[in-house]
Amino acid sequence: MSEQSYAPGSHPDLPPPAGQRGAIKWIRENLFSSPTNIVLTLLSIFLVWKIVPPMLDWLVFDSVVDANHRNECREQGTGACWAVIRERFTQLIYGFYPTEHRWRVNLAFVLMLAALLPLLWDKMPGRKTLLWFSAAFPVVGFFLLWGGTVGEIAATIIWIAIFALTFRFFSFAGIGILLAALFVIGALAYFGLPIGINIASWFSDAAVLEPVESAKFGGFMLTVLIGFTGITLSLPLGILLALGRSSNLLIVKAICVGFIEFIRGVPLITLLFIASTLLNYFLPPGTNFDLLLRVMIMVTIFSAAYIAEVVRGGLAALPKGQFEAADATGLTYWESMRLIVLPQALKISIPGIVNTFIGLYKDTTLVLIIGLLDPLGLTQPILADSKWQSLSTELYVFIALFFFISCFAMSRYSLYLERKLDTSHRN
Amino acid sequence: MNTNTNNDQRLVVEMDQVHKWYGTFHVLKDINLAVQKGERIVVCGPSGSGKSTMIRCINRLEEHQQGRIVVDGTELTNNLKNIAEVRSEVGMVFQHFNLFPHLTVLENCTLGPIWVRKMPKKEAEEIAMDYLSRVKIPEQALKFPGQLSGGQQQRVAIARSLCMAPNVMLFDEPTSALDPEMIKEVLDTMIELAESGMTMICVTHEMGFAKTVADRVIFMDEGEIIEQNEPNAFFDNPQNERTQLFLSQILAH
Repeated sequence: MSEQSYAPGSHPDLPPPAGQRGAIKWIRENLFSSPTNIVLTLLSIFLVWKIVPPMLDWLVFDSVVDANHRNECREQGTGACWAVIRERFTQLIYGFYPTEHRWRVNLAFVLMLAALLPLLWDKMPGRKTLLWFSAAFPVVGFFLLWGGTVGEIAATIIWIAIFALTFRFFSFAGIGILLAALFVIGALAYFGLPIGINIASWFSDAAVLEPVESAKFGGFMLTVLIGFTGITLSLPLGILLALGRSSNLLIVKAICVGFIEFIRGVPLITLLFIASTLLNYFLPPGTNFDLLLRVMIMVTIFSAAYIAEVVRGGLAALPKGQFEAADATGLTYWESMRLIVLPQALKISIPGIVNTFIGLYKDTTLVLIIGLLDPLGLTQPILADSKWQSLSTELYVFIALFFFISCFAMSRYSLYLERKLDTSHRN
Repeated sequence: MNTNTNNDQRLVVEMDQVHKWYGTFHVLKDINLAVQKGERIVVCGPSGSGKSTMIRCINRLEEHQQGRIVVDGTELTNNLKNIAEVRSEVGMVFQHFNLFPHLTVLENCTLGPIWVRKMPKKEAEEIAMDYLSRVKIPEQALKFPGQLSGGQQQRVAIARSLCMAPNVMLFDEPTSALDPEMIKEVLDTMIELAESGMTMICVTHEMGFAKTVADRVIFMDEGEIIEQNEPNAFFDNPQNERTQLFLSQILAH
C-alpha cells in the first residue's frame, strides 16, 4: 500500500492495486472465490466434458449426409442421419406448394425482409419512402402467395384507395371517429353489405397469378407466414385494446376488458378449433372464408390480448406527471398518446412484447392439430415413409434449430432496441 | 357567451364561487379569485390546504364541481374545445418538472408549438433556442432531460412553457423538489420572468421570492382563502390568527 500522503484537496486519481484488475481477478472472484464455488466450477467443467463431445459426435463427426435411406445411414456412421433433411428439405420449407410456383414464395420472403428493414432500422437511408412499401407489402404478399385474378387485384386496390382517401380528407375528425366509422363499416359488411364483390366483377377474371389453395401451404413457410402476420397485426391491435382498457369511456372500456379477458381465458387450441369449425356459423351466410386466414385471425387476436396486458403494464408504469404535462401543453388525447405516452410505455413493455411474440411464433406449431402442415405436421408423413422411419430425432433437432435461430434473433433485436431507446441515463 | 364587461377585460383568470370535492371531501370551498393581466400572485398555506388543487383547476388538470372559472375570456366547462383553448394559453411548471424523458431538451420545447400551434419546425426551434438562452442553458439543447441537474431541468420546464407564449404561467411548488443550491437558479429565472411582465400564479414556500416579486400574497387553509394582501402588509401585519401561526412556523428559523 502506498504510504505517500497528499495535502487535503490534492489527492490524485490512482489506478487500483495489482491483483485487483484484469483476468486473474475475474477468475479468482468468479470461479474460485470459495470452497463451494471451487467445487461447482470443477463439477461444471466435468459436466461439459461429459456432454459436449458426445453431442458433437452425434451432430457432426459421426453424422451422415449422403445417403438414400436410413439403412444406408446406419452403415456409414453411428451419428445423426441428416440425409432425411437433405431429401425432404424443400418440403420442410414449402410444404406442398406447387414446385413451379415456389419462386413466388421466395420472392414474397425476400420482399418481407425488405419491408421489415425500414420498420426495424430507424436510421435507414430513405426510410420514409420505404415505409410506404412496407405498408403495401401485406397486399403484395397476399397476392403472391395465394394468387389472384385481375378483378380481385383491381377491387383490392380500389378499396384501399377509398380508405386512404377517407383517412386523408376526414383526418380532422380525429382517429377515434375514424375507428368508429371503420367499426360501423365492418358491421355493415358483416350484415351482408356486398363489399368488394361488385367491383371485382367489373374486371376480367383472368388469373394474373395462378391461385394456390392454402391447403397446399406448409413447412417453415407456413410458420413464418402465420408468425409474421400475427406479430405485425397483434401489436397495433394490442395497443388499441390497452388504450381502450385504460380509457375513461365506459363502453369502450367494457368492450376491451371483455375481449381481453375472454381471449386470454381460453386456450389457443380452442380458438383454433373455433377457427376451423365454428367460425363459419358466425360469418354472414354464403361467405367461404379461407381456413388459413381464419387461423391467422385467431392467432392475431390471441396474441393481441396478451400484448394489450403487457402494454397496459407499461402505461401504468408511467408517472402521472407525464400525462399531466402532455395535457397541460394542450395536446389532444391521440397526440399525447402518440407523442408522449406510447413511446415511453412501449419502451418499458419491450421485453414483455417480445416475450409474447416469441410465444406466438412457437405456438404456430399448434396448427398441426387442425390439420395444417407446419414443420411439425410434416414430420408425420416423412416418418411414415419407410425409407426414413424412426428418424424423428433428426427432424425435431432440425426444426428446433430453425425455431431457435428465429427466436434468438427476436430476443437480440429486443435487447438492441432497449439499449437504443434508453435515454434515462440512470447509473 | 361573451358577458364580459369592459371592466374585467383585463382579467386573465377569474374564479367565482368555486367548489371542489374529492369524493365527499370538500377540498376547495368558495374560492373567489380575480387575476389581472401582469399581476404576480403567490399562494401559500400548510400542506393539504388545497393550493395546488386550486391552480390545477385553472388549466383543468382538476375539474371543479361548482362555480365558474373563466380564463382569458373562455369559461372552463366540459366543452373539450374550450379546455384545449385554455390549456394552450396557460403555461404550467410542475414540482417534479415532468419533462418528457424520451425527447431532447429542444424537442421538449418545440413539441407544443409544433403540434398545438401548428408552427413550422424551423421557427419553433428558433423560438425554443431563444427561450433556452433566456433561462441560460442553450448549450444543453441536444441533451436528454435525464442528463441535466434538477435546477437545469426545472429551467427547461419553464422554457418549455414559455415557448407556447402563454398569457399566464402557473407554478406548482417549482422549487420544493430541488437541492438547496439549485433553488436560487430557478428563483432567479422566475424573478426575471416576473420582471418581464408575465402574469404569474405561484404556489411556493419561498417567502423571499414572495416579498421580492409578488403583487399579492394569498394564504389558504383547509380549502379556503383565509387572507390576501400585498406582501409587506401580509408579512408584517397578518390579520387572521391562522395566518399568524403559519407565518410564525415557517419564519421561525
